[in-house]
Amino acid sequence: MPSITKPLIPLAPLPKNDLGLTIRDYEGAMSTLCAGCGHDSITAAIVHAFWELSTPPHTIAKLSGIGCSSKTPTYFVRGAHGFNSAHGRMAAIATGAYAANRELTYIGISGDGDSLSIGIGHLAHAIRRNVKMVYVIENNGVYGLTKGQLSASADIGSRPKKGDANVIAPIDPILLGLAMGATFLARSFSGDKEQLIPILKAAVAHNGLALIDVISPCVTFNDHEGSTKSYRFMREHEVKEVVTDFVPLRREIQATIPTDGTRVVPMHDGSIVRFRSVPTDYDPRNRESVESYIRDHQSRGEIVTGLLYVDESSQTLHEMGHTPLEGLNRIPVSELCPGAAALDALQEDFR
Amino acid sequence: MEPTNDQDPNYYHRVVDCQWACPAHTNVPGYIRLIAQGRFTDAYMLNRESNVFPGILGRTCDRPCEPACRRGRVDGNPVAICRLKRVTADLKDDITDRLPTAPAEKNGKRVACIGAGPSSLTVANDLVPLGYEVVMFEQFATAGGLMRTNIPEFRLPDEILNSETQAILDMGVDIRYNTPVTSLRALRDENFDAIFVGVGAPRGKGLEIPGRHDETGPESRIHIGIDWLESVSFGHVTSIGERVLIIGVGNTAMDCCRTSLRLGGNDIKVMARRPREYFKASSWELDDAEEEGVAIVVNHAPRRFVIEDGRLVGMEFDIVEWDEGARHSTVLDTVIIPCDDVILAIGQENAFPWIERDLGLDFGEWDMPVVDETTFQSTLPGVFFGGDAAWGPKNIIWAVAHGHQAAISIDQFCHDQSLTDRPAQGMNLLSQKMGMNEWSYYNDYNPSPRQQMRHIELTERFKSLNLEVELGFTAEQTAREAQRCLNCDVETAFQSSLCIECDACIDICPVQCLTITDNGDEADLRGRLSAPSVNLDQPLFVSAPLPQTGRVMVKDENVCVHCGLCAERCPTAAWDMAEFTLQIPYASNPGVLRIAVPTQPTSDVRS
Repeated sequence: MPSITKPLIPLAPLPKNDLGLTIRDYEGAMSTLCAGCGHDSITAAIVHAFWELSTPPHTIAKLSGIGCSSKTPTYFVRGAHGFNSAHGRMAAIATGAYAANRELTYIGISGDGDSLSIGIGHLAHAIRRNVKMVYVIENNGVYGLTKGQLSASADIGSRPKKGDANVIAPIDPILLGLAMGATFLARSFSGDKEQLIPILKAAVAHNGLALIDVISPCVTFNDHEGSTKSYRFMREHEVKEVVTDFVPLRREIQATIPTDGTRVVPMHDGSIVRFRSVPTDYDPRNRESVESYIRDHQSRGEIVTGLLYVDESSQTLHEMGHTPLEGLNRIPVSELCPGAAALDALQEDFR
Repeated sequence: MEPTNDQDPNYYHRVVDCQWACPAHTNVPGYIRLIAQGRFTDAYMLNRESNVFPGILGRTCDRPCEPACRRGRVDGNPVAICRLKRVTADLKDDITDRLPTAPAEKNGKRVACIGAGPSSLTVANDLVPLGYEVVMFEQFATAGGLMRTNIPEFRLPDEILNSETQAILDMGVDIRYNTPVTSLRALRDENFDAIFVGVGAPRGKGLEIPGRHDETGPESRIHIGIDWLESVSFGHVTSIGERVLIIGVGNTAMDCCRTSLRLGGNDIKVMARRPREYFKASSWELDDAEEEGVAIVVNHAPRRFVIEDGRLVGMEFDIVEWDEGARHSTVLDTVIIPCDDVILAIGQENAFPWIERDLGLDFGEWDMPVVDETTFQSTLPGVFFGGDAAWGPKNIIWAVAHGHQAAISIDQFCHDQSLTDRPAQGMNLLSQKMGMNEWSYYNDYNPSPRQQMRHIELTERFKSLNLEVELGFTAEQTAREAQRCLNCDVETAFQSSLCIECDACIDICPVQCLTITDNGDEADLRGRLSAPSVNLDQPLFVSAPLPQTGRVMVKDENVCVHCGLCAERCPTAAWDMAEFTLQIPYASNPGVLRIAVPTQPTSDVRS
C-alpha cells in the first residue's frame, strides 16, 4: 500500500467531462494490491471509460465476489453504489440487483477463480439471462490471494512460479460465452488501455451482458519466464487484428462516421461500435466464424484480443420478462404486491 | 525526440525551479528540509555556501526563486523561500567555528577589491581561505555598500548586516575604510596581482525639467533618492517635510516613501507615469508601502517643479492616458500637487570617473566598461568587474553570483591558467528509498496556504527609524511553510531497461505527468500526453526505448509534485526517487571537471 493517499493537486490542468467532473472524481480508494498488478491498470481503464462517458457516479453499481480482482471496485468511482458478495456469487447478486432496478449501470468485477471455478454456474446463468451489465474477468491464471496456485484458466504447459507445468485444459471464458449464448464478448490486456477503454465503453452501451476477459498479469506470482499470462508473453503473443472504436451518441461526432469499408455496428442506445480493422474471413456478428477464428489462433499459441463478438438484436432479462420500463424499486408496494385477491385472479388465468 | 541526457546535471538542475532561477543556485529545497528537521544552523551554512548573506538576503532578496517556484504552478502561491531563509539566520546557533578561515601560510598573491559591497565581499570570502591577501578599499567608514546605504534599517537591521559582513572581514581582509579609490592607474602601481571592481552603480538619475535648478534657499528640497537614503543611513538627514512626492516606482522609491514616513512625513505620494502593471517595484514592497498609508498615484508624468520665491511649493504633472501596451500616452489634463519635498527615484547608473581612459580598459556603449560575461574580466588583463559595476543595476543576489565567478577567474589568473577553461558543475544523485514505500523525505502533499509574514503594529512602527517591520515566522508558520515545499530536488530517476510497461506509474500519478507512447518530435509528443501540455517552458523527459515494445516513457516536468507514488507503484524499481545535489564549483572548491566556455564580451547588457 502506498505511503500516502494520491493527493489532490488544485491547479493540475485536468480536462472536465460533460458533467464538469475531472478524471480524479471517478477514482476510488488507494489500491492495496501489489505494485505493478494488472488489476490496477484495469481499474484505471474503468475510471477513464466512465469519465469519458460522463456517467453520473451515483448511477453506477459496482459488484464483486472474492479475490484480488474482487477488491478492485473499491479503487474506482467512489461515488457509486457497491456490493461485495460471497465467493463466486457476484453474477447472482447482479442478476437480483438488475431485476429490482434496471435503471443503474452495473459493472461486475471478477477473476478467473471467482468466475471460472467456484462461480462458473452463476456466470453461465447470468449470460443465459442476458443481465444488462459489464462483466469483467481480471484473468491472471493464478490464485494470487492464496499464494499463486494455478487456476482454471491456466494454459497447458504454463509454469507456475514453483512446481510443475500445468497439464489440465483451461476454461476459456470467451468460448464458454459463445456456447452459453453471450451477446457481447471481448478479450483485452491490462497493459493496453488504448484497446481496453473503447471496449469498456462499448460494453456499457451494450444491451445485455458484456463479458470482457482481460488478461491481467500477476506481477508477484505469474510474471516469470514460462508463464503464459506475463506482460512479456502477452506482448509477444497477442494478435490485435480486431481493432475497434467506440463512438458515443453525440450529434457532432455522428457526422464524422465513415461510410467506407469499416464495419459499423449500431448499439442499442444509438452509439456506434466501429471495427476499423478485421480480417477478411472474420465477422464479429457470426458466432461460428468467431469461434473458429479464436480456435485457429489458439492452436498456434496466439491470443486474439479485441471486441470479438457482438449481437445487438438480443433481448435482456427485463425485455424477455416484459417488466415495466422503470425500476421495480420505484413502483409503490401496493402496485408491486397487489394482494391475495389479485394473486387469486392471476392464478385463475392459468387454470 | 532523443532520449533525455540524465547524465547532464542541467537536466536535474532545471527541475529544481528555484535553484535554477537563483543566480547563485542556492540549494533551496535542501535547506528547507533542514529547517523542517530543526537543523537551522546547518540550513544557514548550506545557504551561506552559495549566497554568502542568508540573513541579509532573507530580508532583502529580489527573490527570482519565488516566481519560478513549482508550488506557484500547483496552488498559485510559491513557497515563501525568502522568509524561510531568514528563519535560518534568526534561529541559527553560533557559527564562528564553521566559517572558512585564512590559512596560516599565505599564497603570496595580493588582490585589491574596490568597494565593500556584496560582490567584493564574496570575492574576499572565496579568496581569503585560499591564502590570498585581500585589500578592500571602501569610501565610507562602514562595509556593506548599497546594503547599508540604500536599504533602510527598518527592513535590514544593522546588527544583521554587521554580523554577516564582519564574518568575512574577520577572516583577515585588509579593509581600508574612508579610502575612496580615485585613480585606477595609481592603484595598479601598487603591484596587486589582480584588481576587482565592485563599486556598484552609485549615481542616481536626475530629472531635467523646468524648475529643477530654480531653488535659491541654502538647501534644496529636491533630493536624489539613493543619495538621500545614504544621508539618512549615516544620520546626516533626520527629518523631511510633511508632504513628500516620490517620483518613480522602483524598489528605491518604496524605501524612500517608507523612510519619509519615519522622518516626519505624513502625506506621501508615489507618482507613477504608467499603470500599475508596469511598475518596477516588487509586488510585496508595494504592498508594504500601501499598508503604511503611502498613496500610489498612476498615470502622472512630471511636467515641472513649481518654485515660488525660490522655494519648492509643488510639482506640476500631466495626467495621461496610455494605449494598449502602454507605449504611447495622451495628455488629458494637468495638475499641480503641492508638496514640501520631492525625492527622485527614477533609476541609477554607473560612473567611473576614477578610471583613466588610456589604460587599455575599453568602454563601450552607455560608457560602460567592456566586461566578459563568463570571466568577468575587462579588456585590461587582471582587472575584473562584478555586481552592479559590471553591467548596471541588478540586485544583491546577482552581485554574490558575480563575486563567486570573478573569484574563480582571479584565482585562475593568478595561477596563469586560462580564464575560459572553467570548472564544470557536477552532480550527485542519491536514492532516498529507506524501505518498502518509505522515503527519507516527507513525500505527502501539504495543502497549507502560503504563510503571511507578521508585521509590527502600524501604531508602533513609525516610532523609530530602525524598528524592523517584519517579525519573522513563528515556529508554527515555519513548520507549515517548510512542508509546502515540494522537494523538487528529490527527483524521479528512471531506468528504462527495468521497465515492464505495466502502466502502474501512469495510473497512480496525481497530476498525470507520465505517458508511455510511441516516440515522435516534441510538438507531436506534447499533443499525445496523458494531461494537456500547457507549459512549453518546462521540458519533457524522454526515456530510451522500453524493452518490451520499444515505446518511450515521457514525463512532462511541468507539475510533477515529487510525491514518489510512481516509484512506490513500480514493481521493478525502474522509477526511483533520488536526491539531486548540484556541485557548484567555487574558487575554494573547484571540483575536478573543467569545460571550455567561449568568451562573450559585452558592454550593453542591462537588467
